[in-house]
Amino acid sequence: MTSSLTYSNAELLAILRDTRSVAMVGASPKWNRPSSFAMKYLQEKGYRVIPINPGHAGKEILGETVYASLADIPDSFDMVDIFRNSEAAGPIVDEAIAVAKEKGIKVIWMQLGVINQAAAERAEAAGLTVVMDRCPKIEFGRLHSELSWGGFNSGIISAKRRRVRL
Amino acid sequence: MTTDDPFKRGNRDFGFETRMIHAGTQPEPVTGARQTPIFQNTSYVFHDADHAASLFNLQTFGFIYSRLTNPTVAALEERLANLEGGRGGTCCASGHAAQILAFFALMEPGDRFIASTRLYGGSITQLGKTFKKFDWQADFVDVDDPAAVRRALTPKTKAIFVESLANPGGVVSDLEALAAVAREAEIPLIVDNTMATPYLCRPFDWGADIVVHSTTKFLSGNGTSVGGAVIDSGRFDWAAGGKFPGLGAPEPAYHGLNFQETFGDMAFTMQAHAVGLRDLGATMAPMNAFLTLLGTETLSLRMERHCANAKQVAEFLEGHPQVAWVSCAALASSPYHALAQKYLPLGAGSVFTLGLKGGYAAGVKMVEACELLSHLANIGDVRSLILHPASTTHRQLNEAQLAAAGAGPEVVRLSIGLETVDDIIADLDQALAAAASAT
Repeated sequence: MTSSLTYSNAELLAILRDTRSVAMVGASPKWNRPSSFAMKYLQEKGYRVIPINPGHAGKEILGETVYASLADIPDSFDMVDIFRNSEAAGPIVDEAIAVAKEKGIKVIWMQLGVINQAAAERAEAAGLTVVMDRCPKIEFGRLHSELSWGGFNSGIISAKRRRVRL
Repeated sequence: MTTDDPFKRGNRDFGFETRMIHAGTQPEPVTGARQTPIFQNTSYVFHDADHAASLFNLQTFGFIYSRLTNPTVAALEERLANLEGGRGGTCCASGHAAQILAFFALMEPGDRFIASTRLYGGSITQLGKTFKKFDWQADFVDVDDPAAVRRALTPKTKAIFVESLANPGGVVSDLEALAAVAREAEIPLIVDNTMATPYLCRPFDWGADIVVHSTTKFLSGNGTSVGGAVIDSGRFDWAAGGKFPGLGAPEPAYHGLNFQETFGDMAFTMQAHAVGLRDLGATMAPMNAFLTLLGTETLSLRMERHCANAKQVAEFLEGHPQVAWVSCAALASSPYHALAQKYLPLGAGSVFTLGLKGGYAAGVKMVEACELLSHLANIGDVRSLILHPASTTHRQLNEAQLAAAGAGPEVVRLSIGLETVDDIIADLDQALAAAASAT
């Protein structure tokens, strides 16, 4: 299940550092769904996560109003995180490209197992940064040593002392 | 990112020696401590009730209680996972605990698994007898014959279990062929890599799915700490065939959480901590994790010398008039020599057996006559060790099992250490002379 797509640690760190708000497409109101785990974790790390789910528009998930589409979000946001299958990711990417300037979108992030090369190429042509087949929760945890707490191989070798904000 | 500096890019493929020193052990960020602190601590303070809930629900990473996870143990887990090329590791109280933990994730009552007839005797007893109390049934098969393994498969078979290099020695498993059988059957191949260590053999490179270790042996090397580890490759899809409900179906003990769906390639290691260690309780102590981490820092250097010394000792013994045979895959005479060259190109380990012409009595006498080699039941120490399996570690086995395990009455097991090799040979020479005068 290891992906052939490779992203440098520095590149992913920069994305996670510069992003403050995330529109999560496919966010679930059920607490034990993977999207809910990711949303709650990212909220704890200080990100604003705006849930997108047409079936639950107008309701709230983890304290945030659910919208039916990216265009419906009244505020600007930095990233679109796609919790849908690879095929469904195509139209979502096109929607993001259409509203990218208006909403300030800079990054399209497709979740683990979600790979849509054609959509990625369209997004990159529109000036957006694309990450596929990764989870921002796992990558945040990996790059900040939290994944290591669970005994996982972060792949990070460094003798640098990480800065801790107190 | 267009920089050519691999450190800046962060994706450099570091060598084994670099990883055995650095993987899992970045400087401690709060104090800057360079060596990994021993977190001799049971429990961890929650920020608030919501943080506690997130931790108990597995929604966030962090520590709750050291039965599940501990920072020092986690450092060793990551290091071993890294050295094996796996996704994650779970350390536990012993190598036997690692075996229970690995099977606990896979097995339901009534399930079966295939295990090699040539496993370490202690494993044969645990898998064949104690596992029955969980209603897990071992089918022991001569894994030198992959067709026999295929014939032994049943719809209830959930795993194939072998040692890469078998204890007490000389037997090398054909991992690639066995992985192919496991793949056809859609079950994982579990490999005990204790005798080889990831320096000599990396089972994941040959298609294995899970690796288990007794970290007590070469990984620690210092004879201080009993411990075990289960390393998961992250490659097996536990949900696909519907055979592994503990990993690929809703878990009632976690409000219906599905580990495979929620954690993907991290499912096994999450489950091994959150369910396995939580409920089996066979946790590794932080002090033991620390001492084992110290051992791994010198693993490659020790394994090179272990292998070189062992080969020289094996060659000496093979030419000795009182020795009937030597079973060591490093020797050209070994039937496993070709497999050793394929799977253990840097050396065939340092544990091997010899048969004495004088039989059981000569075995006992030789062991007792050693002055430099320690007579004890362990392997993989920096000290050279000697044992007569039939009268000690393997005495629970019957005669057929003893023969299959290569531990008959005339057999002596050696674990060659790092002393001056001429001194090891001299001690064995005088012990053999003493054994000859006794028979």
